[in-house]
Order: sequence, then C-alpha cells, then structure tokens
Amino acid sequence: MSQKNNIGTWIGFAAILVWCLLPVVWIISLSFKSVDETASGSPQFLPKDPTLDNYRDILSNGDFLAALRNSFGIALIATFLAVVFATLAAYAIARLEFKGKRLVLSLALAIAMFPVVSLVGPLFDMWRTFGLFNTWPGLIIPYMSFTLPLAIWTLSAFFREIPWEMEQAAQVDGATSWQAFRKVIVPLAAPGVFTAAILTFFFAWNEFVLAISLTSTTGSRTVPAQLSYFVGPDPFNPPYGQLATASVVVTVPIIVIVLLFQRKIVAGLTSGAVKG
Amino acid sequence: MAAIEMKNIVKRYGDGFPAVNDISIDVADGEFLILVGPSGCGKSTLLRMIVGLEDITDGDMMIGGKRVNDLAPRDRNLAMVFQNYALYPHLTVYENIAFPLRLAGASDSEVDEKVREASKTLDLDEHLDRKPGNLSGGQRQRVAMGRAIVREAEAFLFDEPLSNLDAKLRGQMRTEISRLQKRLGITTVYVTHDQTEAMTLGDRVAVLKRGILQQLASPRELYENPANLFVAGFIGSPPMNFVPAKVDGDYVELPFGKVRMPSDKIATAQGKGLLIAGIRPEHFEDASVVDSDKLTDETTFDAQVDVVEWLGNEAYAYVPFEAPPEVQEQLTQLEKDLDGESMRTQLVISLDGASRISEGDTATIWVDARKIHLFDPATGDNLTLDAEHAGIVPGAEAAARAEEVGKEQDAVQS
Repeated sequence: MSQKNNIGTWIGFAAILVWCLLPVVWIISLSFKSVDETASGSPQFLPKDPTLDNYRDILSNGDFLAALRNSFGIALIATFLAVVFATLAAYAIARLEFKGKRLVLSLALAIAMFPVVSLVGPLFDMWRTFGLFNTWPGLIIPYMSFTLPLAIWTLSAFFREIPWEMEQAAQVDGATSWQAFRKVIVPLAAPGVFTAAILTFFFAWNEFVLAISLTSTTGSRTVPAQLSYFVGPDPFNPPYGQLATASVVVTVPIIVIVLLFQRKIVAGLTSGAVKG
Repeated sequence: MAAIEMKNIVKRYGDGFPAVNDISIDVADGEFLILVGPSGCGKSTLLRMIVGLEDITDGDMMIGGKRVNDLAPRDRNLAMVFQNYALYPHLTVYENIAFPLRLAGASDSEVDEKVREASKTLDLDEHLDRKPGNLSGGQRQRVAMGRAIVREAEAFLFDEPLSNLDAKLRGQMRTEISRLQKRLGITTVYVTHDQTEAMTLGDRVAVLKRGILQQLASPRELYENPANLFVAGFIGSPPMNFVPAKVDGDYVELPFGKVRMPSDKIATAQGKGLLIAGIRPEHFEDASVVDSDKLTDETTFDAQVDVVEWLGNEAYAYVPFEAPPEVQEQLTQLEKDLDGESMRTQLVISLDGASRISEGDTATIWVDARKIHLFDPATGDNLTLDAEHAGIVPGAEAAARAEEVGKEQDAVQS
C-alpha cells in the first residue's frame, strides 16, 4: 500500500516538475540556438549546434544594457521605498488604535484591486505635465503605490504576531519606542520584511504596461519594455534566439534573489520568545 | 535601590472599567512585597502602573521619593520579569542579558563583565551562545531574571513569573528567587495568584479583590488574623472552613454543637444574629489524639465522617453539613470570588496521621476554640480581628466596597 502511494507521489512530482520547468528549459535551449536553427521550419528541442553568439550579441547591445541598468535601479529603489513605508504603516496599523484604521486598510486593498491598465492614460497625461514622463521617478512612484497595499497587509499580519510584551520588555529595559521598534520588532518581523521586499521587487522587475507607456527612450526604459523593441531585420521573423537569451539574462537575478532570501524567510523565528 | 510608594492609585480604563481603586501601599527599601488575589483583581494592572506600561488615572506613584507618574518606562530604571518571559528570540542568551546594558551605552568590557557575573549567578554559563527557542522553560525563566539583575535597577518587578513552569520547577525557582532577592537586597514587587508563593516569598503580602486592597500584612498575620471572609478564604490550603454560627453568651453555636470561646474574643460579636465562623482545618483534631488536659465537653463534638484522605503525616476528613440559605448565598459568592466552584458545604478537618478515624465513623472531634474567627455575613468583616496583629487593614468593609466595585465592573463589561 505504501509502495503504491510512493509511486503515485513520484509520478505527481515529476508531472509538476515537467509542467513548471519545460518552458524554462525551452527558453534556455532556444538561447543557445543560432538564427538559422530558430528560423528553420521544424526546430528540434535541443540545439544541434550550441552557440554563445546570442549571449555575445545581447551583452554588447548598448540598449539592452541600459534597460538592464534601468530595471535594476527602478526595481531596487521602488522596493526599498515600498518596504520602508509599508513597515512604518503596518506597524501603526498593527499596534495603534486610531480612527479610520479600517478605512486605511480597505483603501489599500482597493488600490491593489484597481486594474493597472485603466490608470495608464491618466498617468501618461499627468506625468507629461509634471515632467515625470520618461524618468526613473515616473516609474518608481507607480510601482511603489501598487505594491504598498500588499506589503502593508503582509507586514501588518507579521507585526500582529509579535507579542506586545517584546516591545514592553524592551521599553522597560531602557529602549525608546524607536529603539524598541528597530532592535526588537523589525528583526522579529524580518521574514515578513523580506517577503514584502521580494514581492515588490518581482512586481517592479516584471511590470510591462506602465514601463512601455510611460517611457520613450532607453534613458528609463526597463527590460520588459525593451524586449518588445527586439524586432530584428525581418518583421515576420522575430529574433527568437535573442529574445530567449534576454529572458534568461533577466531571470537570473530573480533566481539569485530568491535563493539568497530563501534562508532569511525562516518560519518560526519567533519560536521561543514566549512560553513554549 | 529605592522605596516605592503608591498613594491612592486609581486605574479606570477608557470604557469606564474600574480596575484599580484607591490603593495605597508603601514598599520599603529592600522589601519583598507580594500582590496577590484571584484573576481580575487588578494586581497585574497595579504592577504595570509601577513600571510605567499602564497610565495612572489618579494618585501618585513615588519611586525613591520622586513622582514618576509621567515618566516613560525607560526613565524609571526598574527591571521586570514578564509572565511569558518576553525574551528576544533573535538574540542569543548573552545578548538577551546584555540588551539593557547595550541600550545604556555600556562599553563592551563592562557588558561582558556584568553578563558573565549574572550568568554565573543564575547558572547559565553553558547556554550563553544559544537562542531562547532552544531553552527549557526553567532556563528561559533564568535568562529573564538575568536580564533583570544585570542592571542596577531601583527595583525588581515580577509578573507571575512561575505560572508557566511545572510544579517541581516552580518550587525550585521560588527558592531561587527568594535567595537572589535576599542576597541582592533589592526592593521587589511580585504579582501572583498562587497563595503558596505569596506565603513563602513575601515579607509582606497585599491581598487584592476587585481592585481594592483587602489587607496588607505579613504572611503570618494574614494567616492568623484575616481581616475579612475574602482574605480568610484566599489564604491557606486547604482553605478555611466557613460554617454558620450563632453567638450565645460565651458559647458559639455551630451546626455540630455548642463550643465555648474565650470571652474577650467573642465580646465584639455579641448580638449580631447569624454569623459565619471560620475555622482552619488544622484547628480541628481527632479527640482521641489530643492531650487530655485540653479536652472538655465544651470543645468537642460528634460528627459523621463522610470521606477520609490519608496522606501519611496527616489525614483530611470531610464532614458534610447543611447551611441555612442566608449564609449559603454568602458562601457561594465567596467561592465565586476565589475563582472556585461552589461545592457542597462540608467541613475539612486535618487529622493527625496517628488518628484511626475511618470513613463512615462517627468521630469525636476537638476544636481549638481560641482560633475560631467570627465573620459578619453582611459585610464580611472579621469580628474577632486582633487589629494589632493584622498589619494594615484599609478601613472596615473593604470586602463590601469590593462588592460594589464588582457590580460596577460587571456593568461595564456587559
């Protein structure tokens, strides 16, 4: 009986693995194929003649490198600001009793539900008037606003989990409210902070609609938007190899970040704080 | 180190809930004071007002002669051990103990010296590099104490520090706390609902009910001279027996028979009608093991013993009796106040281990009439109180006032 279960588990496991990884493997395989191969009528799965030409081309492409720089800068700044604001807001929501607390929370949720596309037009007009069109802040501000609600919700859940006594003990030990927050509450909420940071970073890194609409030059265009300009010489024959290569290049930072922070997102960090 | 003076402290929450009502207690420098009472009596609230985690509605809180009402907790220089320890889980034991020192900006060498000293005192040396999550309950408790003693605080405050430990460890830690306090000679306020801790640890014990001080006295005074029914029922285990009584001259009429009491003691209880007599289990004895010179017809009665629990050194005999309804009501209410459940009215008698009384016997029981207390059922006050040896009783009818506050509290909550 248990043997049968085991086999079932493994089959399910393999199925999910194939389902998830097949597209990724396909893109990686594509990135090693030459133009001739991708243009041929029946491309096989593995490259016949693996080549690094695509990578060489991509990494010497000034526009792509500029886009990569924009992506990093915009995503990192947006993440940082969103996490800082969300931490402060979530702490206030979790700890303080004030009028309109529910309103703030539901408003935050409403913003998160608002379709991004419907804001593109107004934002485009506004940003042109304010001189924010085609600038970094022009993307950082909307990215931050759209990720704040989720970050606030995630973090306030984490803050609520931290026993009040932690903070009170710190205050009795001689800490100011700010010291108690910084030295006790924030470290304890670290898993939440990292979760919020990762979610925000992913959103900013992958966002396309705003990136393509609110930028006009490589001065502030991010990678997802830049990829749509990879047209190649023949409009009916996009450079699949290069597109795939660019995708691989932009996916690498995401994988690295997840692997790095995975260790930080340790469940049960608060265990042992109180009676076990 | 400093004395703590509480002057007419009042705490009323935003919704009008009167948690602490006009409590005045002076804690002398170096004294070990216990705040004790059933749950909801305001003892933890009072402690949190001392440390500054709770605002004081009215009254003056003086620490070392200085009014601290408006000072933040960090400016009061007190050390507190929380019920759930409140250790910082992301820091090692060493850093947990060092935390107050680091906040105070102590140098690394000073921190190291003091932490090592505290850890030696508390036997934590081998655990310094571990995180609180990997420690047992007793070890966590010691770390919490280490964090308190590492500073030169004005006073220690304990909020039910042992309630999360098992019975054996609780006994050990109790002795440990007592030893530590005596050695450091630091003013200590200790909140508990456990009357064993209250009796064994405190220099003085403050018994609270519904946010009103009932009696403030040494454990012995509380035990021998309870100010009212509530204190009498709360202190002592097994608890004091309460039986209906009528005074007739020098005699007091109990459900089992008439007993003669010393006339000076009974004088204050004359002409009050139906009373409640309080007799501790150990003030009864099997007449057959009592010295014959103590035995008279006036101090013995016959009773049908229902159940006997023999413990080796002593035995508990249970004798059921019927209480008249007016007393019954008072006793049921008392039982409720003491967090208990109202059981059948029965007498618990502590017998000598040598006693041969067994279940179902009709035994002759001797009662030490000098130790009987008589309580007024209406106010709960002890009519036989020896005021000189009762510590501080904040005005008569503290119990009755607590009753009124209780009604107010219930009204707010409902």
